[in-house]
Amino acid sequence: MSEPLRGVIVSHSGVAQALVSAVALITGIESALVPVSNEGCDNDALGERLRQAVGERPAVLFVDLPGGSCLTNSIRYAKQHADIAVVTGVNLAMLLDFVFNREISPAEAARRAVDAGAKAIRVTAA
Amino acid sequence: MSIALFRIDDRLIHGQVVVGWGQPLDCTFIVLVDDEVRESDWEQDLYRMGVPPHIEIIFASVNEAAERLPAWETDPRVGILLVPDIDTAAALVGKSDRVKRLNVGGIHHRAGRTERLRFVYLTDEERAKLRQLAAAGVDVTAQDVPTARPVPLGEFA
Repeated sequence: MSEPLRGVIVSHSGVAQALVSAVALITGIESALVPVSNEGCDNDALGERLRQAVGERPAVLFVDLPGGSCLTNSIRYAKQHADIAVVTGVNLAMLLDFVFNREISPAEAARRAVDAGAKAIRVTAA
Repeated sequence: MSIALFRIDDRLIHGQVVVGWGQPLDCTFIVLVDDEVRESDWEQDLYRMGVPPHIEIIFASVNEAAERLPAWETDPRVGILLVPDIDTAAALVGKSDRVKRLNVGGIHHRAGRTERLRFVYLTDEERAKLRQLAAAGVDVTAQDVPTARPVPLGEFA
């Protein structure tokens, strides 16, 4: 693979930007993730924001919820473009894993993200 | 009450509709009126993904919606009817006298539109169409979520 995957976080309001900032703060990696907010967008406008964020490269779209306009437009985008995978339920843990593991295919990265993200969700001992 | 909300929303089914309105209304069916979505299986699959299993989604063309509105109105469940734009709303009003009120829930920015409210952008032509709907007896207000004030048409169009 010629260049590492890009991650595009697609969220309501400012969640995506906040996650990008947190990943940069923790890892120092600033170029792996791009935030997209659905704020003020109809479906066409959100599709255009996705197009600009992905930039004709293989990418994983990390969506906040498993439904709603962020997801529907991400899947619509993925259906129309090659080498795009979509993951829902984005969390910081999956993004931290992703930014260090981007020399794989979008589909592999998506599966890996789901594993890493799910492992971070648990009830801890008090 | 059967169709509790007639809403224009260019995102159709999304969080504000399912959670914001759906929960307080105790909505268990959503009618999505859009001729294009009606013809697209995968678009329908996409919209189903965003809705919890206890909510039924009915996909209808404008003609089907006009025909079935009387039945939906006698449905014991509470429903929400969605259209993507003013033209679809006007087409439905033109074919059915059952639409007495319209909630403008989200018409977002694109070229030619100006901001009327934070969640409503309209061209001059669209403003005129909304006023025509009001003149035809439809109560048109703008309100994105139930906790917000319903803004009368005169304040935004």
